[in-house]
Amino acid sequence: MSSPAKALKASSVRLYELEQVQVEASLTELRIRGRLQLSEAGPLWGELDQCALSAAKGETLNFDMSGVEHVDGSAMAMLAHLRARLQQRGVMAEFVKAAPAIQEIIHLYRGDVRVGRKKRRQARGLLDQLGQATLAILSEAKLGLAFLGYLVVEWGRVLRAPRTGNWRDLPPTLERTGADAVPIVTLINFLVGLVMAFQSSAQLKQYGANIFLADLIGISMTRELGPLLTAIVVCGRSGAAFAAELGSMKVNEEIDALRTMGFGAMRYLVLPRVVSLMIAMPLLTLIADVLGILGGLVVGMTSLDLTATSFATQLQKAVSLSDVFSGLSKSVVFGLAIGFISCQQGLATSGGAEGVGRRTTAAVVTTLFMLVVLDAIFTIFFEATGI
Amino acid sequence: MTTPLIEVIDLTIGWGDVILQKDANFQVQRGDIFVVLGGSGCGKSTMLRYLIGLETPLSGMIKIDGAVPEHKEVGRPPFGVMFQSGALLGSMTVSENIALPLQTWTDLPPEAVLSIVEAKLRLVGLQGTEDMMPAELSGGMKKRAAIARAMALEPELVFLDEPSAGLDPISAFELDELIVTLNQKLGMTVVIVTHDLDSIFKIAKHCIMLDKKSKTIIARGDPRELRDKSDDLRVKAFFNRASEESS
Repeated sequence: MSSPAKALKASSVRLYELEQVQVEASLTELRIRGRLQLSEAGPLWGELDQCALSAAKGETLNFDMSGVEHVDGSAMAMLAHLRARLQQRGVMAEFVKAAPAIQEIIHLYRGDVRVGRKKRRQARGLLDQLGQATLAILSEAKLGLAFLGYLVVEWGRVLRAPRTGNWRDLPPTLERTGADAVPIVTLINFLVGLVMAFQSSAQLKQYGANIFLADLIGISMTRELGPLLTAIVVCGRSGAAFAAELGSMKVNEEIDALRTMGFGAMRYLVLPRVVSLMIAMPLLTLIADVLGILGGLVVGMTSLDLTATSFATQLQKAVSLSDVFSGLSKSVVFGLAIGFISCQQGLATSGGAEGVGRRTTAAVVTTLFMLVVLDAIFTIFFEATGI
Repeated sequence: MTTPLIEVIDLTIGWGDVILQKDANFQVQRGDIFVVLGGSGCGKSTMLRYLIGLETPLSGMIKIDGAVPEHKEVGRPPFGVMFQSGALLGSMTVSENIALPLQTWTDLPPEAVLSIVEAKLRLVGLQGTEDMMPAELSGGMKKRAAIARAMALEPELVFLDEPSAGLDPISAFELDELIVTLNQKLGMTVVIVTHDLDSIFKIAKHCIMLDKKSKTIIARGDPRELRDKSDDLRVKAFFNRASEESS
């Protein structure tokens, strides 16, 4: 059985009639009869709009509702809107001769109140938008710096009185950020080592420099790719998780509750997360280095006729401890940056679920950007100092 | 004359340039059930945030027990707070939530902490929920658990934000009963922010009414007397659940 609305549409029987009558020189009546409802809102709107357009400033266009048997909310909202628009154009417009039941609906939809001049929202100019955006960036930077200062102060306090730190949360957080990330870090770095070795093998073969694959993979993994790829993975896993977790806690008033129980968010929530990342990152980077090199070894043995011994011997010559340690020192700073930015973004969340999503995205994007900036700074620093 | 437990002097609250209440003055006596009421957007919940030290007054001061509390970020809190949503920590079980302040701010052994947690949960009618996660609790149960947590350190003063909001009539009634019990049997001073009239008339001893338009306190005293005797149209409208024009 078809629904009444569908049946109505199929039969295309109009439930209402409109008639425009010129009563006096400057008084027109729009006589409306029948049933006005949402199912016919489209044609009704079009016809009403045509009638309204014909009225000029200073004239009167009244809606004669005496023949209206029924009007639903949507149709009444349209009529009231049309009346308001006419009045704003300087056309006098009122609903007249309505039955009491219809009059109540007119009142409900404010069809009988005087219409004030509509305030126009001013479009914001380009300079205005640019200025606002700049102020927003400066404000974010200021908040970030304040957060950093606060983090340092709290760190100092915890170092002076270690018992006041939330060490209980450190092992489980370390497990989440470190141990749980091992499989993905392992896989990604192994594959990157493999791909990089494949890409280089063709060039190396041309010059008979097969053995230098160990140099290429060893140095690039330990100094650059190991720490950076690990940081990107950890940023996507733990950074996003921290921002979303703290953001949800913020919007659910859990952070406020912690504060009223005497637990500072910085000491109770942020420090264990940041410290765990600073511990987990170098450990994961070490695994990343080894697995990346292993990927290179696999290609060396299968495509470049290298033996494991010759690869290892060349690797030992090419990669020094300072290469490994430069990568590891980077990874500690990367861990600090991921923890700091994601926690800061999480704690700055406001505005419910949408706010959590926005801050989580901001945490990941800002962290990735900062990782690249920090990596560039490290490269320049290592180059300048000869490390 | 005894010192009031809370003394609010010329307090102005708001966000940035927006002022919600200006130069508010009121006192809460020990043993009172004091309600801050008013329509939506008048600054009730914001007032609570100032009272519990989450915001710094734009001007004026709040004294608790005769002194302006030193709101340290870390330290044993001088009062308990129940937030509107309960605000239980989602990653902990109910008993861990209640045990948290006890474990941190007392030297009690785990067994003693557990016994207190169980007693608090029994008091709020939540025995048997110790190992449940907050997500497994109903709205009313979350609020009860949050009250148990707020009471964990035996504070003299408890703040409750909209305790009956979003609860069915029976849960709201039971929560009101619990608040009266805490006040009468344990002598706790309770400050409640709400606009639930049934609850107000049932439990409040004193109240203040905040007004959004004038940004001031427009009534104070016993809510039942205000309802019956106030000549202020705004007060009458609030208590009679009507708009100002119609009252």
